[in-house]
Amino acid sequence: MQILVVDDETDVRDLFQQRFRREIRSGEMSFSFAFSGEEAMTYLRDHHSEVLIILSDINMPGMSGLELLGHVKKEFEMPPTTMVMITAYGDDESYRQAMALGANDFLTKPVDFAVLKEKLAQLIS
Amino acid sequence: MVRGLRRFLDLPARLAWNNILNYIWVPSIALAFAAWVFKLRVPVLVDGYWLFVLLTVAAVLVALRDYRPARTLLLALAPFLLNKLLEFILAGADGRLTTRLDQLVDSTQGFAITWLIAFIIIARSQKKGLEKERLQREEEERAKRLIEAQNVELERLVLERTAALTLQAEELRAALTELRTTQAQLVQSEKMASLGELTAGIAHEIQNPLNFVNNFADVSVEMLTELSEEQARPIRDPDLEAELLADIAQNLQKIHHHGQRAASIVKGMLEHSRASTGERQPTNLNHLADEYLRLAYQGLRAKDKTFNATLNTDFAPDLPLVPAIGPDLGRVLLNLFGNAFYAVRQRQLRGEAGYAPTVAVSTHQRGDQLEIRVRDNGSGIPEAVRQKIFQPFFTTKPSGEGTGLGLSLSYDIVTQGHGGTLTVSSEEGSFTEFLISLPVK
Repeated sequence: MQILVVDDETDVRDLFQQRFRREIRSGEMSFSFAFSGEEAMTYLRDHHSEVLIILSDINMPGMSGLELLGHVKKEFEMPPTTMVMITAYGDDESYRQAMALGANDFLTKPVDFAVLKEKLAQLIS
Repeated sequence: MVRGLRRFLDLPARLAWNNILNYIWVPSIALAFAAWVFKLRVPVLVDGYWLFVLLTVAAVLVALRDYRPARTLLLALAPFLLNKLLEFILAGADGRLTTRLDQLVDSTQGFAITWLIAFIIIARSQKKGLEKERLQREEEERAKRLIEAQNVELERLVLERTAALTLQAEELRAALTELRTTQAQLVQSEKMASLGELTAGIAHEIQNPLNFVNNFADVSVEMLTELSEEQARPIRDPDLEAELLADIAQNLQKIHHHGQRAASIVKGMLEHSRASTGERQPTNLNHLADEYLRLAYQGLRAKDKTFNATLNTDFAPDLPLVPAIGPDLGRVLLNLFGNAFYAVRQRQLRGEAGYAPTVAVSTHQRGDQLEIRVRDNGSGIPEAVRQKIFQPFFTTKPSGEGTGLGLSLSYDIVTQGHGGTLTVSSEEGSFTEFLISLPVK
């Protein structure tokens, strides 16, 4: 299962790779990373059929996670991409917007990786 | 005659023995009595008495010789008196004169009387002149007294006025002191207000590294457990063990890195709130601009979650360090970024189609000057407003949102604190650009 993680913090890559090292090692999951909304769009245009789940931060300079969500939902209707939004600000407005734009789930930072793993497992099954 | 003399010469005021003159008739009674008792010859006695009276008058005049009309009268009387005296002496005991002498005495007497009258008239006019002079003097005296009284009054008024002015000056000084205190408080509160704006940004900025610290520490513990499990196995996988060890070492470095990141943010915050030491340190403008751009952006984002802007940075590589008071210059940048974000936000809220809020910061070396440009694509600043933006308390924000001190303080910090310049250029509906120019040395 291909998962694209979008966050402007580069260390997110190392963190995910270590947190999911067993899943990666077993080939259960595979991660790619983009460090901005724009980068994510470029990546999706190249690999869009491979990616099943997008985990995106909302607060990024430039294209925000919510904008990315809008673009993804518009540009890549088929196959339907699962999008999970992650934000440092767990405010209702962002949640409402994310859901209205068609996000599948909404998480607040700091991310509890045990919960995230569960959610991913659910989404896959 | 005595009364006439008295009035003419104002005797009561001038002569101590004035009252004795009241008894001038006493000798005449005494003589008349003596004449009757001793059967003396009356004409001689009468002449003698008249001579006595004239001498008395002369004595009075001599006593009053300091008074000019009296002197004139004395002069007037002198020939007549002399004439009478001569007549009396020459007449001898029988009271008769030889005819020749009688003629001489008569003719000189005529002259003496004319002289007397003439001089009395002169004395009168002298007296009048003196009287006039005296009146004039009195008038002057009165005028002088009046002037003195007026002077005293003026003096009093001046004193009163001076007291009022002193009081006023005192009040003004107190007001000025109060204003200075208020200004200092405002400067501090502006600082605190910008710190308040910073707090949200700082919280976010600290939250991120802290999350990493927690996550990497957590995952490292997991990996250590995995490592010890691996070591306990009968068939060990050295590659996996090496990988785990390398990852753990890397994680510890990351924990250190993010810990440092949080610490430097806290340090920056403390520096910002502290009163400026005014000490210039070699400063990397690129780092400073980047740091405060993030803080300003995150601060705004924390308040307004729906806001998003494109941040463009164009930092000149190999920019020399510039002597600067970091926290002060940071405040300037924070203020400029804050304004830029506010401007693009306002334009965005107006719902212009296809509008992409963008804030750009760039650094540049131009000769011996380093430049920082902060540019936004907001609505721009009209010319009329542009002239006022560096004035204290000028703000275009709704009341309660801006102190109107941000740019004014920024201007002072750049120009007075760093010997640089802060200028603005703008085009309505297009952009606003602030340019900080600092001397390298």
